[in-house]
This record gives sequence, structure tokens and C-alpha cells, in this order.
Amino acid sequence: MANIISDETIEYVGILAKLELSAEEKEQAKKDIGRMLDYVDKLNELDTTGVEPMSHVFPVHNVFREDVVTNGDDRENMLKNAPAVKDGSWKVPKTVE
Amino acid sequence: MQIMDMTALELGRKIKEKEVSVKEAVQASLDTIEAKDEALHSFVTVDAERALARADEVQKGIEDGTYTGVLAGVPAAVKDNICTENLLTTCSSKILYNFVPPYSAQAVSNLNAAGGVILGKTNMDEFAMGSTTETSAYGVTRNPWNLEHVPGGSSGGSCAAVAACEAPYALGSDTGGSIRQPGSFCGVTGLKPTYGTVSRYGLIAYGSSLDQIGPIAKDISDCAAILEMLASYDKKDSTSVKRTDCDFTSALVDDVKGMRIGIPSDYLSAGLDEEVKAAILKAADVLKQKGAIVEEFQLSLVEYAIPAYYVIASAEASSNLARFDGVKYGYRAKEYNGLHGMYKKSRSEGFGEEVKRRIMLGSFVLSSGYYDAYYLKALRTKALIKQSFDRAFEKYDVILGPVAPMTAPKLGESLSDPLKMYLGDIYTISVNLAGLPGVSVPCGVDSKGLPIGVQLIGDCFKEKNIIRAAYAYEQARGKWQAPPCAAAAGKVVE
Amino acid sequence: MSRQYETVIGLEVHVELATKTKIFCGCSTAFGGAPNTHTCPVCTGMPGSLPVLNKQVVEYAMAVGLATNCQIHQYCKFDRKNYFYPDNPQNYQISQLYLPICHDGGIEIETAAGKKVIGIHEIHMEEDAGKLIHDEWEDCTLVDYNRSGVPLIEIVSEPDMRSAEEVIAYLDKLRLIVQYLGASDCKLQEGSMRADVNLSVREVGAEQFGTRTEMKNLNSFKAIARAIEGERARQIELIEEGKQVIQETRRWDDNKEYSYPMRSKEDAHDYRYFPDPDLVPVIISDEWLQAVKDRQPELRTEKLARYKKEFDIPDYDAEILTGSKHLADLFEETTELCGKPKKVSNWLMGETLRLLKEAGQEPEEITFSAAHLAKLIELLDAGTINQTVAKEVFEQIFRDDIDPEQYVEEHGLKMVNDDNLLRTVVEQVIAANPQSVADYKGGKEKALGFLVGQTMKQMKGKANPGAVNKMLKELL
Repeated sequence: MANIISDETIEYVGILAKLELSAEEKEQAKKDIGRMLDYVDKLNELDTTGVEPMSHVFPVHNVFREDVVTNGDDRENMLKNAPAVKDGSWKVPKTVE
Repeated sequence: MQIMDMTALELGRKIKEKEVSVKEAVQASLDTIEAKDEALHSFVTVDAERALARADEVQKGIEDGTYTGVLAGVPAAVKDNICTENLLTTCSSKILYNFVPPYSAQAVSNLNAAGGVILGKTNMDEFAMGSTTETSAYGVTRNPWNLEHVPGGSSGGSCAAVAACEAPYALGSDTGGSIRQPGSFCGVTGLKPTYGTVSRYGLIAYGSSLDQIGPIAKDISDCAAILEMLASYDKKDSTSVKRTDCDFTSALVDDVKGMRIGIPSDYLSAGLDEEVKAAILKAADVLKQKGAIVEEFQLSLVEYAIPAYYVIASAEASSNLARFDGVKYGYRAKEYNGLHGMYKKSRSEGFGEEVKRRIMLGSFVLSSGYYDAYYLKALRTKALIKQSFDRAFEKYDVILGPVAPMTAPKLGESLSDPLKMYLGDIYTISVNLAGLPGVSVPCGVDSKGLPIGVQLIGDCFKEKNIIRAAYAYEQARGKWQAPPCAAAAGKVVE
Repeated sequence: MSRQYETVIGLEVHVELATKTKIFCGCSTAFGGAPNTHTCPVCTGMPGSLPVLNKQVVEYAMAVGLATNCQIHQYCKFDRKNYFYPDNPQNYQISQLYLPICHDGGIEIETAAGKKVIGIHEIHMEEDAGKLIHDEWEDCTLVDYNRSGVPLIEIVSEPDMRSAEEVIAYLDKLRLIVQYLGASDCKLQEGSMRADVNLSVREVGAEQFGTRTEMKNLNSFKAIARAIEGERARQIELIEEGKQVIQETRRWDDNKEYSYPMRSKEDAHDYRYFPDPDLVPVIISDEWLQAVKDRQPELRTEKLARYKKEFDIPDYDAEILTGSKHLADLFEETTELCGKPKKVSNWLMGETLRLLKEAGQEPEEITFSAAHLAKLIELLDAGTINQTVAKEVFEQIFRDDIDPEQYVEEHGLKMVNDDNLLRTVVEQVIAANPQSVADYKGGKEKALGFLVGQTMKQMKGKANPGAVNKMLKELL
């Protein structure tokens, strides 16, 4: 196949996506992504010169909120699903060394 | 006729006429779920207690005039990627195994405001990524027509629940065919509205630019009525569209005289199962008999929709699913080393294989040096696909074609080859890329006894065209057929 | 001879906008709430929540862009910047990469070396992150999303600055512009204005830029100046030792006066920007742009010119007064009330600045009202109080914004205009100080001052100094 995904690339994608793969999973992922990219390369058959990339199908624009406070204190609800809480805050492993 | 045999509208009418109480309707649904769901597993969560309590509330509301809608009191099932306040919403993923949203999706709020009663949450492919409902972290859903087969996906639970008469109707979501394809596999009617018609607020995003919530029911009349209830302009969703033409039930007219229907000949070529092809051409013929002008045409670019879709959807998904990190809600790994270790372990243990595959693909195509070649190229392709539909809709009111190249595969057949599974979405995916409305309508069964669906696609905001065509077709086809296994439940009402 | 180096500096300035609500949700931006009390599903990244843009953010960004001579992208979009960190609830920040709202502007600065234009590459809108608090007890981090989603503009300069002096001049000018627009209070200490410094060095005369580093965590102008010196020295040392400067982000530690690299192997710095599909483009029509232009308030340069023309005050005073939006506002309001610009200016330039300096405060921190200063000036002009008392009363106004009229009344500070009483007191003073009287009569003018002082003392400071003078001369 045309797209060979290297060990470094899989390692790098793991860092970007915050996923940790076993050696076996890495091999599988290399194959899967390579195969998908081969397939995606089909798009290169298409001449898209001068075609604007289309993010939104409809020309909807300028959707705004007015600058008015509509939300009150909803902390209890926001923290309800937290895996760990302390002092009204989400608790996570320390972020600085 | 027994309660669970009725369409949602029929049941709504009986409730309004006080021949059936809301509680009886809810109880009949719960009894059916009780009887069948062990084998089918359409539901991830059944909320019997609150559904019954809500039944009383809605009954009162109907009596005192609070709820006047045609669907008031009719129980519903909701796909598990649609947030329901105080009701577990998992996306069929381990990473949200305990997530109880403190808010409801706008679609759910609209359903509640119309006197709906939610029975529970239906199984799906994890985060809606899949075409078989086999990637759920909570086990597969089986096809009510044949338990050895998949119900399709990702809204497989919702479609199986409706097909098996566990719920009169259900909400699904469609990113690349996730309502229409399982609708076809389960022999029910599923409609994906024009992008922006139903608010995405509270729908847990997979591919934000493609996702739409839509109705799944026994027939098109139900779907039209449900969509009328779900559709609303929502200030909380910037991509919501202000529409004044949401009276979808007005299109339930048995008249297709002069309607121009195009069948893309590119849809009928290699890869399409002969029995499926025969069934949909027969359906086209029915419409022709009723006065529609039916012809084949070249849609073009069909084979580019899937690669473009997988780039766009995976890219958006890699970003949308970044928030599941063990910090704010959901699964956090038990043991980890430091912050980044916590992220990696929680995500690696919390997400299933298919989800990880798409997150990785998405992260890759957006990564430095590849953005233009993959992501922008896909967005340009999307523009071209939209253009080819625009050209088609200059000539036709409705595009008719298959929903999927074949009927429901056997359990376990698809996952071994993801790319092959992706190819099964060839007829549904371009509709999402172009933001169009599409509906899958049962049009027969194959020699294995598995249902086939015909897909009707309309131009943007032209749901009424496909609803009218579907309705006219149904009138000729006859009443909805329950799968052989779906023994009716609930009291008999004449 | 040792090599000569030139420092090349560009700034990324983040300014928190003065909106009432966050950029994408209706949560308050108010400071000081208990942790997470200003949060909702949107700014905590709950699944299924969606952003909706605050219109005021766009208007502020446009206003700042216009005031800094930028071009406005009349079609602009938001992009997602993807990176994992707990202060960022979605693990992407909504920002603008591909089509920022403003671009290609610049402002003129003035330093000892003269005038110079610093180019502005772009200004974009984005959301702020939450706050991470280290918990000593459990050695963990606590996350507070009250600041998550507070609107920011990031003003990215060209690498046009060459010294700390230019950097400070640029920041000062920028701060003043933003404050004049009312777009932000720009307080460095509170973090409503933050500057990241991109710095590289090169040999004088070199064409190519050196490798740059980005420094963060600069909380005051002084820290910025120190960080520039520190980083310049560090980079020159590396080059002199024949080593390479690594392109990286560094965190300035102002206590240790050294910067430390922030990068870890888990940060790839590959942000995978792409257009946010949850937000639609912003299209700024010519009419909207014109409306914002028409609403632009008077900026410093115009105000300065007007002050010089309109008010009879020294140019120097006009410069100082317009150097702070708050001071200028106070000057105009007080003048409006009492109609005496020169006197208002004197109070602000003299006593006010003196008391600020004593308290180590900035003009922005003035708390007294124009009404009370105006009243004080009127009391003084009407002869109700004398200059000495006025100064005493002003200190109270400065500190507690008291009502001067009431204060003078309550403390019995009114000037005494009783001629008979004054005559009696002056007679007593003359009788008690024969030596001074003799000195005065012998031609020592100074002695009169002493006698005036004695009289004022007897009158508890409430006499009219002019009247005392006159009475003394008369009786002598």
C-alpha cells in the first residue's frame, strides 16, 4: 500500500490524541490508518482547483447572543458528575512539576 | 388492535379519545421491553419508574389542556447520545458509564413540552461510530427480524425498539446514515432532516457539521408528526436554521402526479445487491404508476463521498471527543501516573476500538503538514458533492435510491473489516455532506426474510417532497409490517 | 572586540474584554466569585453543549482594531486550537487562526530615541482558560472554570521592537487605547492584560532573525523589562558559547530572574487548527463597520489636542491628564460641574498625584467623585474655607470620597470673617510679640509673615489670610 505509517507517527498521533496503545494495537492502528489513507487518497483523482472548502452547507452567518447575564450559580449541577471534587472545584493530578 | 401494534399517531388518538390511558400505553411498552429486550437489547437504560410517574403527569396535562399535541402521552425511546436531564446518557461508551446530564437536549425538551413520555435510552454504536450497533460498550443489539443479524447502526437500538414494538417511536441521530440505514435493516421508517432543522443542543457531538437528530417510527405519518414536534429554531445552537415551513404533516398527501423523481444510475451499479435493487426499482415503479415522472440520471462523484466523509467526520470527532478526559465527568482510570498518564489511561480504557481508530485518523489528518492535503481537500470535495446535488435538484423533486447495498449482515461479519463496513454507507453519506433531508421507507424483504428500505432524498428544506412521496408509496404498499417475532402487546382497542 | 547584538522583540498581548458575559455563554465575567459559581454546561465543556457568540466581543475587537489602524476582515471565522490541559474544559480553545478579525495595523510609540511605528500583525478573538490552583494539602490541582470562556483579544505585534524601553512604550500606548475605548481595564496584576514576549537576538547588521523564544508569566511592566534583559543575556551567552537557541516557550520566574522551558514530551505543540463547525462565520457589513467607527470614542491624541485648545491649562498638565483615561474622565466631569478647568487641573496635578504617589497607586485606582472635588473648589472660591483647610478636606475626599460641605460643617472649618474678632486677636498678637513688631518696623518684611502665622494659629487656621495681612498692616 502507498501509505506506510511509521512507529514514530503512531507514537506522535498517540500523544496528540492522548491514547496509549499496546504494541499489538499500534501495529493494528498502523495498518488501519494506512489503509484508510490509501482510500482517502482517492480524493486526489478529483481536480478541486479553485473550489472553496465548504465548512457550512448553508450561508448562515452572524448568529449572536446579546451581552446579558442569563446564567446563575449552577455549580452543584456542573460538579455532579465529577470523578473527584474538592472545595467546589474539579480535582486533578497536579499540573506543575 | 393492540396498543403496541398502533402507530404513534393512532395511539395518540386513542389516548386523546380516552380509550387508552397514558399509563396503559407506557405499561404496554414496558411489558414489551420486559418480554423482548433480553433477546434484542435495544435499550441501554430503561427508566420504568419515572416513565410511569410521568404517565400520570401527562394524563393530567392532557385532561387539563396543557398537552394538546397529537403525540401527547405516546411513549418514546431516545438514543443514548441525546442528553436527558437526570437520566443516564452514555453514548454506549464506557467513558460515560455514569454520566447523568444536568440538562436535556432541546429535542428532548420539545418532546417533553408536547407531552412525550421517555421510556429509556437506546443502544447504539459507541459515540455513533459504526453501522451495526456492535461497537457499543454494553453489548450488541439484535435485529428483531432475525436475531442472528445486526440491526444496523448507529441508531440500531432505536430502530430495533420500534420494529419490535417496544416503543411506538424513537429518536435517533444521523451523521452518515445512522437513522436511515438501521431503519432499512429493521424495516422501520427513519428520517434525517435538513441540517439545522432540529437543534443539536444536547446531542453529544460526533461530526458536528453532519449530525442531525431525527424520528424513527412505523410509518411516514408518524415521522412527519414527530419531526414537526422536534423541529425548532434554537438560540443555543448557532447552526440552527429559522424555518417557517415545519408543518410537515401537511405533506401527507397521496398525490405524486407530476412529481419528478430521479434515480442515480451510479447507485445501481456494481456492489448493489440484486434483491435490494429489484425492491427499490419496484418502489420507484409504484410511484410511477401513481403519476410521478421517474427517470435515471448520472449523479456523479458518488465514490468520493465516503473518503471525504471519513476525513471530515474523523477530524471533527477527534476534537469533539477530546473533552472526554477523566477530568470533569465520566470514567477516570483507577491507576495512572500524573496528569497526562491519567488522560491517556482514562481515554484508552474508556473508548472502544472503533472510536479510537477514528480519533487517531482524525488527529492525523489535522496534524501539522497534512491539514491541506486531507482536511481542506475533503471540504473541497464536499463543495463539489453539494454542487452535484444542486444540479440534480434543478431537475428532480426527489432522488430515489437504495439505503444500503445489502440487507442486514450477520452479527460479527462487519467489524473484522472496518473499511468494508464504511463502504456500506455509500448511499447515505453524501446526503449528510450536502445537509439534505433523507428518509428510509420499508419496501419489502429479501429471500432471507430481511427488510429492505428505499431511500428518498430531497433538496435542502424540502422534507415535504420526500414525505409526500413516501406517503403516496405507503398508500400503495399497505400498512406497516411488524417482524414475525413482534407479538403484539397491550390491551385490545377497536 | 566583542560582538554587538541587537534584540528583536514581538509581543502577544492578551486583553480580557469588559463584557458582562462570557464569549460563548451567558455566564457572568465578574471577578471574585467562589470557584465554579460562574459556570454552565458550555464553559465547562459538558457533552452536547454548544457555543453562541457574544456580539459585544466582536464590537470591542473591531473598536480596538480600528483604533490601532488595522484592516478589518469583514468575513471572519473561529477555529479550534486543540490541546489537552485541565484549564481548557473542551481540550480545545476556540480562537481565530485562518481569518482573524483585524490585521495589518500599527501604533506609533515615542521613546528617548524618538518616534517609531510598531506594526500589529493581527488581532483575534478567543476564549480565556480556567484557573488551576495547586492544593498543598493533597499535592493535587483544583480547577476553577469561572474564567473559562471570558472573552479575550490577542494583539500580535510584528517583531518591530528592539529594547525593553520600546516594549514598555508600546504596552503603555496599547493599554491607553484599549482603556479609552472602554474595551478593558487592562490591569496587568489582575491578569486582564497579559503580555507574552517573543524574543531573539542577532548580531547588529545581520539580515536574518535569530531563533526566538516565547516567554510567559509576565505580571508587571517591571517583570517584562527584567525578563527581556534576562532572556537577551541568556541567548547571547548561548551564542557566545557556540550553542543553539532552541525555539521554545519559557516561563519567567521573576523572583529568580530566570526563565525555564515549559515544554514537555507530552506537549506536541501541534494544535490541529480547523474551523469550528459549531460556529458560523461573522460577516461585518460596511454599515456595521461604519456604525462602530461612528461610535468610536475620542482617543488620547484627539483628547490631548482638544485639551490644549479648549482649556487654559499648561501643555504638560494636558499630557498628564490624558495619560490616564480615568484621570481625564475625572477632569472633564469636574470641569463640567464647576466650570473651572484650571483649578480642577491644579487639584489633580498637585494634591491628587502627590497622594497617589504616597499610596503607591495608579490614577486608575482613584475612588473619589467629580462632584465632591467640584464642591470643594466652589467652597474655596466662595471663601467658605481657606486654602489650608481645603487641602485638609481634600485628603478626606481622596481617602473616603466624603462630601466636603458636610465635612466642613461638621468639623467647624468655615473661614471666620468676623472683623471685630480678628481685630482683637491681631491686637493680642502685636502685644505678645514686640520683637517681631520692632523687626517689621525696622524693615524686615519677613517678620510680618511670622505675625500672620501667629494670628492664623490663634484663629485655628480658619481666618482669611488676606484679611489677616490687611488687619496687621493697618494696626502696625
